[in-house]
Amino acid sequence: MTGAHNSLRQFFAFAAAVAASFAAIGLAVGVSVGIGDLPIPLATTFSAVTNRLGWTAVALNRIHETVIWDYRLSRALVAAFCGAGLALSGAVMQSLLRNPLAEPYVLGISAGASTGAVSIVILGLGAGTISLSTGAFAGAFAAFFFVALLSNGTRGGADRTILAGVAASQLFNASTSYIVTTSGNAQQARDVMFWLLGSFGGVRWPELALVSVIVGIALVACLLYARVLDAFAFGDEAAAALGVNVARARIVLFALTAMMTATIVSMVGSIGFVGLVVPHVARFVVGPLHVRLLPACAVVGAIFMVVADIASRTLIPQQVLPIGVVTALVGVPFFSIILYRFQRAS
Amino acid sequence: MTIKADNLTWKIGRKTIVDEVSFVAQPGKMLGLLGPNGSGKTSLLRLIAGLRSPHSGSIILEGRDLKTIGRRAIARRVAFVEQHATTNANLRVVDVVKLGRFPHRSMFSGWSLADDEAVETALSRAGMAHKRNDRWQSLSGGEKQRTHIARALAQSPKELILDEPTNHLDIQHQIGLMRLVSGLPMTSIIALHDLNHAAMFCDHLIVMQNGRIVASGTPEDVVTEALLRDVFCVEARVEASPHHARPHIHYLAR
Repeated sequence: MTGAHNSLRQFFAFAAAVAASFAAIGLAVGVSVGIGDLPIPLATTFSAVTNRLGWTAVALNRIHETVIWDYRLSRALVAAFCGAGLALSGAVMQSLLRNPLAEPYVLGISAGASTGAVSIVILGLGAGTISLSTGAFAGAFAAFFFVALLSNGTRGGADRTILAGVAASQLFNASTSYIVTTSGNAQQARDVMFWLLGSFGGVRWPELALVSVIVGIALVACLLYARVLDAFAFGDEAAAALGVNVARARIVLFALTAMMTATIVSMVGSIGFVGLVVPHVARFVVGPLHVRLLPACAVVGAIFMVVADIASRTLIPQQVLPIGVVTALVGVPFFSIILYRFQRAS
Repeated sequence: MTIKADNLTWKIGRKTIVDEVSFVAQPGKMLGLLGPNGSGKTSLLRLIAGLRSPHSGSIILEGRDLKTIGRRAIARRVAFVEQHATTNANLRVVDVVKLGRFPHRSMFSGWSLADDEAVETALSRAGMAHKRNDRWQSLSGGEKQRTHIARALAQSPKELILDEPTNHLDIQHQIGLMRLVSGLPMTSIIALHDLNHAAMFCDHLIVMQNGRIVASGTPEDVVTEALLRDVFCVEARVEASPHHARPHIHYLAR
């Protein structure tokens, strides 16, 4: 009887957590949509969404509706999915590499993406037929395969993988710097640097469709691997002794995170800090077991990114800061508080 | 017969680490694996646990070649306790022990009553039931080792393999751990450094040197003054203990 009672209570707790998470993300997105040159009240945004879903038929200002649908809502939602994806990647990397400093770019993905992007923009590879995003995506995957090769496929341990990632980052960053410094066009170089720091400007519904599908698939797949990730707690050897197919788990999880990170980087640039810090924050809240940690990372990452995007548009009037600058500026003080409090608690 | 090693050879590059090793572990007995540092004990244990594949020779588990058995199936009957397995994840004791149920659950199956029972039994056998909610980082060395053994027991193994589990433990915890393992109903293969403990608790001993087995038999047969001199390079006198009748080693200071 108590067993049934307990599982019922667990179910309600789970349902409440899911509802609260979606409400919080929804609220953050709603606020984000409302902020800008043309302020839009939360109620208007809410009605616009329910109107579109066919649940309500509230009369709304046409301009408001256009701004919501054509610009701000897609942007806010892309920010949410990017935050979720980066945090999720960071959590998987930290567990798989057993390193609290691991983050989505530890395998050289952002460095590769930057090289890919400058190759397109400055060197003019692909003769205008290939977009900057495609180039960045190709560069990201080139770096990923370089790391996979250097770390001896999947047989290399965590330390070897991290070292290979460092080597790849150095190589690709140097290539980017070489291309940028030897090119005569300062404006192009500046554009690329700005893009590298991250920006949600210009993302619309097609980007949302892509990033939501990729992050959605990756979240489900990572959740299926939640117990496998738990089994990595004591290292590759211990995981193998528990019956984990270590090589396959590493391939699948690295590929999933690389896919997610490369998509996000090629879309909005390399936004730092989120993938490093959000998993730690989530761990303080829900503990180290991945079946809870991974969804928590997705939720916290989404909210954090939407809030950072709001900050990037409001901190300096009439100017949009690169989102990567904001995530670090907002994130570091916040993280310091958590580190400090954790130190005192333990 | 539960585990049988047949002419096992394993190399790193050109260096032979385990050299044509053969032995049979008797069911329900405690088999002690002795030898100086670098004699190949850990490598042999990894081979037996299926974590490495031998270059030649085979491991026979209940009549089947280990190579033909899947990772998960091996983990359902052979549990391995590593030498220094630690983590920076702040798991609770019960979470660590629950990891032992991993090979028994499929990707989609939920937590069952059988899983609960196995975890509870393992916790109480290892004497960690009262610490179930303690965090890993707050445990002492002995408690961490007991938690690992509880995790291994939760795998419901028929064979338990332990790599120097008493390292870094104080004497009380060393004896306590040896008592715990020797009291378990399953076959155990345990690498040890303390020869007196090995002689006291193990049913059968194997001594390795440079990857080869140089002595094998009951503690009385194996623990001799000649062996201590030849393999471990120490002068000692061995006599039957008046307290437990097993061989006892007196090392000479000289």
